[in-house]
Amino acid sequence: MQRDNSEAGSTTIAFSLAVFILIFTIVTVYIFVRKIWWFPPAITAFGGQIDEQFHRTLVITGVVFVAAQLGLAWAIFRFRDRGQKAVFFEGNSTMEFVWTLATIVMFVGLGLYGEHAWAEAHFQGAAPGALQVEVTGQQFQWQFRYAGPDGKYGQIKPELISASTGNPVGLDPKDPAGKDDVVSPVMYVPANREIELLIRTQDVTHSFYVRELRLKQDAVPGMIIHMHFNATVPGEYEIACAELCGLSHYTMRSFLYVVSQAEFDKWMSDQETALQQ
Amino acid sequence: MVTHDSGGGHHHPPSGFIRKYIFSLDHKVIGIQYFFLALFSVFTGMALSILMRIHLVWPHAKVPFTASGQITPDQYLALVTMHGSIMVFMVLTTAPQSGFGNYILPIQIGAEDMAFPVLNMLSFWTTFVSLVVLLSAFFVPEGAPISGWTAYPTLSAMGQITGPGEGAGQTLWVIGLAIFCVASLLGALNFITTTLDLRARGMTLGRLPLTVWSWLVTAILGLLAFGVLLAACILLLLDRTAGTSFFIPGGLVVTDTPIISHKGGSPLLWQHLFWFFGHPEVYIAILPGMGVASHVLSTFSRKPVFGYRAMVGALCAIGFLGFCVWGHHMFISGMSPYSAFAFSLMTMTIGVPSAIKTFNWLGTIWGGKIHFTTAMLFALGFVSLFVTGGLSGLFLAQPSLDLYLHDTYFVVAHFHLIMGVAAIFGIFAATFFWFPKMFGRMLNETMGKIHFWLTFVGVYCIFMPMHFLGLAGHPRRYADTTGVNFLAPLHSVHYFITIAAMITITAQFLFLFNLFYSMKFGKKAGENPWNATTLEWSIPSPPPFDNFAGHVPSVYRGAYEFSVPGATEDYIPQHLTPEKVGKAH
Amino acid sequence: MPGTFTDDVEIIEAGQGGGGGDIPAGGDDDGGDSGSGLPAIPSRAYFTAVQLALAGIVMFFMALTSSFLVRKGLGDDWVSFALPRVIWFNSLVLLASSGTIQVARRYMREGAVASFRRWWAYTTALGMLFLSGQLVAWRQLAAQGVFISTNPSSSFFYLLTAMHGLHLAGGILALLYVTFRRWRRSRITQATAADLVSIYWHFMDGLWLFLLALLYLGR
Repeated sequence: MQRDNSEAGSTTIAFSLAVFILIFTIVTVYIFVRKIWWFPPAITAFGGQIDEQFHRTLVITGVVFVAAQLGLAWAIFRFRDRGQKAVFFEGNSTMEFVWTLATIVMFVGLGLYGEHAWAEAHFQGAAPGALQVEVTGQQFQWQFRYAGPDGKYGQIKPELISASTGNPVGLDPKDPAGKDDVVSPVMYVPANREIELLIRTQDVTHSFYVRELRLKQDAVPGMIIHMHFNATVPGEYEIACAELCGLSHYTMRSFLYVVSQAEFDKWMSDQETALQQ
Repeated sequence: MVTHDSGGGHHHPPSGFIRKYIFSLDHKVIGIQYFFLALFSVFTGMALSILMRIHLVWPHAKVPFTASGQITPDQYLALVTMHGSIMVFMVLTTAPQSGFGNYILPIQIGAEDMAFPVLNMLSFWTTFVSLVVLLSAFFVPEGAPISGWTAYPTLSAMGQITGPGEGAGQTLWVIGLAIFCVASLLGALNFITTTLDLRARGMTLGRLPLTVWSWLVTAILGLLAFGVLLAACILLLLDRTAGTSFFIPGGLVVTDTPIISHKGGSPLLWQHLFWFFGHPEVYIAILPGMGVASHVLSTFSRKPVFGYRAMVGALCAIGFLGFCVWGHHMFISGMSPYSAFAFSLMTMTIGVPSAIKTFNWLGTIWGGKIHFTTAMLFALGFVSLFVTGGLSGLFLAQPSLDLYLHDTYFVVAHFHLIMGVAAIFGIFAATFFWFPKMFGRMLNETMGKIHFWLTFVGVYCIFMPMHFLGLAGHPRRYADTTGVNFLAPLHSVHYFITIAAMITITAQFLFLFNLFYSMKFGKKAGENPWNATTLEWSIPSPPPFDNFAGHVPSVYRGAYEFSVPGATEDYIPQHLTPEKVGKAH
Repeated sequence: MPGTFTDDVEIIEAGQGGGGGDIPAGGDDDGGDSGSGLPAIPSRAYFTAVQLALAGIVMFFMALTSSFLVRKGLGDDWVSFALPRVIWFNSLVLLASSGTIQVARRYMREGAVASFRRWWAYTTALGMLFLSGQLVAWRQLAAQGVFISTNPSSSFFYLLTAMHGLHLAGGILALLYVTFRRWRRSRITQATAADLVSIYWHFMDGLWLFLLALLYLGR
């Protein structure tokens, strides 16, 4: 039986490997705890719930991560071959049962806890009286449509879409309800108001993503998908496309402006005035 | 129905160069053919990824072989698509299963070959054809597709109009994949039949090495999943070429051009079909690595696998549950949020058998007598990587968190650590473990250890930072960071990742050199250089054409009898008759 | 246990012996020069393989079936069309072929070689008749202006009949293989091969009945 004894239980290797795992674990935990790269602050109460659930998950996975990696590092070092005999055991049913049960409780419990926020995002619709904004993704920009003072969206006809002649979403000029529809490449919303998004696309799948809202929704051809949010912090927030949509997927960016009700009204009336001309 | 013993006559050794090395029926040669196909593919895939990394950090770098001297955004996306497709299909689905499984499985169960050697040979060459077809997408005028390895319609379904590479390139991709499905189905059939029906006397299911269990469960997954992908590919091909509308709804306008020839289809239908296949596929990629890890950890700790039955149960549970979780790729897709909830709970559940396996790996080395061979180092690295990669899954399994993390680099980090590293470490461990058996020579341990260290440190440096990019909201598949303001502060992280990738990929050439150098000049290996217990270590290195030279062994005990109290040696091979087992006095 | 060599002449011995059990110890089958050159395996492995193949094929058709149901339920663009009448005739032809294959197997068991070959040939012919009948159905549809892209309902008609037809064509090749292969050089007997192919054939028949029901009830 040939055995190359040079690697048998080498203390150098055991020590280095254990130390590397230890350092890696510490550095990882440090970066997470210090939030060196992190989410931007949330601007909705919903976002706050998401952040709490993230924190819960981070703590649980963090504990498991540290325990498993350090356990591995310790075992590597402690049980390197120093001439000892291995201890013969084939298993331990009690331990198996205990850690299986603990894992089930932790993982499934964590999952159930997090469903609350998901339910709020998707099991219920927008609150009544929400301001609707239709979000249309197209290769490679976003268009936002507001129904205007009449509160009704005008008809859209795909064959009328022509970005070059100023009709990017294909509004039908014959539909009176569409005469006051505002179409804008950026989105303005008033703060502290429920906003309902109607997310759609003209060509391929895109995805509407605003980090500060903690929201993302695919825009799927053939579907209109509803999302809602209520932003409390005014500011300028980037909208990025988060589903591969082609060549310029990486430049498909717009802005969400959360402003006071007064500023929003002013912006709307400026847009309406421009329509009249 | 009358059944007969099969009339096999003599098992003839092959003669002639073609029969021995090209259209070989020998599972060992076929296994090596798959291994080299995967080796070629992994270096191709790495080349594509280094071009991606270079482009992300130096968008205007001069790159040879490109039309304009630089990588354009559409070329970046073609790199993304082909990198993913080649790595997932041609590396992770071939090497661990068709490569090592083909070579080792028949020997470990005491068979002379796979059940159907001709089918086996056809499986390999069909895989080869699918690789050629897939790679040919690079060489058509508009280039390779840009829709990612996931090929979501309508981007992938409407032809050239949606983007460059979406013409012939995408069609070739779909055809290549369809051919790969057929090859995989044939292979899976062979593996399962062999494992169920060709075991030697005494090789009960409870004495099977965990490697065999992992290949068996993986093959079952493949048998049931690849048919679904094949169906999806056919539907996509029809949408692209025959004017059907399975995935394409009406009323679409692509760059001011109305699409009038399609209506009524659903892009979500593709996603359901693709991910119903796609999720079992990722378990196909990792399960053999888990089997190898268990096997190697046990061998080099000189201890039985901790909780063998739980390990088998966990493999089966992961396999079964793997068919129940596909919707977790679709939380944000517009699918029903109620089914998202159900998929989420199932996904959290699948974390449980994975955790059991991790505890049991730790239990295997605990109290052991660890020998740090290179194979063992990779197996230990596998455990660390599996923990890291697996835990990020707990975040992604929750749709509320997925609202933020979906389609960001957090996902890229997760699947690379699990597939692109842990599974690869399983392949490395298998290589260092079985190379002596396959080639009759040892791989160089010094080179192996240097390669291990550079790779282990390197992959953590590449993929850990991607979690942080994801936390900052960095979307996937972005050709560069110039289009979105909030990505600007992340450029330094990209720089760090690219440098780490360059070093790590360079280190892989050391492995390549070790491989070829040792085939010719490595120290000669005996039958059982590792003092291991399973049947492949009872035959010469390399084995004769019929594995057991006409003397198929019988099996008398389980696969992990290490350090059994009362035995003279610290291992008892499976085939040793009870009288021959030395007893300590 | 020595393997049993059979060819047409020795088929009378096919009914005896054999147990489909253990693998003979490799290489000790002296029968000399005829044989496959491959290691012996228990014939039950072939039956395992056929069942596994059917499992894989089921998953393929289940994917297509669920796509059918989803696509039909999606919206309001599903247009009914009359299934070409010839497919009912084709279905009877296929059912008949399941009958003839059973007759052939009975003759094989009894050792009546000539009758086996005759009824096996009837099965093959009926299979080919089925396929030509399906092509006729396609032609009839095309003559009415109904093509694969006309409507999702017709897309699925062409797709499902094509996929089934492809698999059935494979079955016909298998029928021909059983007819013409030199079984002396194989690891299984012609009788076993006939049993295996008939499992596949019956399954194709059953699958067709399922697809027919789907296409008819879902038209």
